[in-house]
Amino acid sequence: MRRYAPEPEGTHPPLDYPPYRSTELRHPKQPLVYLPQTITELTGPQLGRERVLGEHDHDLTRQHEGEPIGERIIVSGRVLDTAGKPLRGTLVEIWQANSAGRYRHVGDRWPAPLDPNFSGAGRCLTDDEGRYQFVTIKPGPYPWGNHHNAWRPAHIHFSLLGQAFAQRLVTQMYFPGDPLFEYDPIFNSVPDPAARARMVSHFSLEDTIPDWAQAYSFDIVLRGPDQTVFEEEH
Amino acid sequence: MSLTPSQTVGPFFSIGLPWPGGPYVVPEDSPGATRITGCVYDGAGEPITDSLVETWQADPEGGFGAAEFRGFGRAGREAGDGTFEIVTVKPGQVPGPDGTMQAPHIDVSVFARGMLQRCVTRIYFADEQEANDRDPVLASVPAERRATLLAVPQPGGYRFDIHLQGPGETVFFRL
Repeated sequence: MRRYAPEPEGTHPPLDYPPYRSTELRHPKQPLVYLPQTITELTGPQLGRERVLGEHDHDLTRQHEGEPIGERIIVSGRVLDTAGKPLRGTLVEIWQANSAGRYRHVGDRWPAPLDPNFSGAGRCLTDDEGRYQFVTIKPGPYPWGNHHNAWRPAHIHFSLLGQAFAQRLVTQMYFPGDPLFEYDPIFNSVPDPAARARMVSHFSLEDTIPDWAQAYSFDIVLRGPDQTVFEEEH
Repeated sequence: MSLTPSQTVGPFFSIGLPWPGGPYVVPEDSPGATRITGCVYDGAGEPITDSLVETWQADPEGGFGAAEFRGFGRAGREAGDGTFEIVTVKPGQVPGPDGTMQAPHIDVSVFARGMLQRCVTRIYFADEQEANDRDPVLASVPAERRATLLAVPQPGGYRFDIHLQGPGETVFFRL
């Protein structure tokens, strides 16, 4: 079985990142121990049938009686590894706030309206080309308590199982041109600006459906095999 | 192509990730089914009430990917008490590096609000001392910290607490 390449410095945020205050008591202080990639790490769950059940799992605008309020959007892209190989049949799970920036969660108490027609969760499996697609509502930004006048840029949470334990990734997708980027410690926790930019989706006129919904494209790249000789930069 | 960076799972991951079947790696009435129960603690020793634990393991014969064995568990909620419980079976031994055999173990990912990426650890079993003594990964862990990776037998299953920081900090791995 092929091992996965090491993750380059600067791509993932450090666990200890003081500007994001909640990291303070939630990061290990002891050095991490090297774990060789064995069969346990080179294999992973295939959860498809257990998690993607309903016809509207990928369409967050059709999970209730009526349509949710907000800007209807299509979010699509490919799940690939660093060698450019599409990851087929892999589970993509998303969750998000509604168009007012409010999550359907008892813990979210900021006074923005809930939308009875929006739960904010979606799931799908990638196709043979690694492609996924969701229909949803553009989430709103929202305030949080990290520091004075802190607002999160609008984002959609993404969870990827990949094909192996070593590929597991949880991330957030952002929208292009958000004025909140420069103030957000979570976005800026990614040290390498080029890596940070890879969390920002692109507006896609090509995928936009006339008179119906604008489209954003967001490719997700998971760890790929080691010994990649020719690595293409995109 | 270049990797997509990690971001925190929180807040409010419970909208999208946990599901009722998540904690059941095997159905409760499976032969040999056992419960692994624990709590995720922060550096102040407080339970992390918005943490998520995922597990991945071999089946009892040491195999991966059999259609009838999911091998995966996901447990955690927000506004909980920081505890998690996985219903599973003890995995078999699997090959390790350089022709070694690894003791029964379960790979674990820990996620929470305030964690910008997952932390990876492993559950070993305190009642597998002979296999543990020969395990190449445990051998690479400083002896005084190995106990943090051992699930301890208790009525109905095992106890495995996770300390992100502080006294008894769990061993986490770089993968």
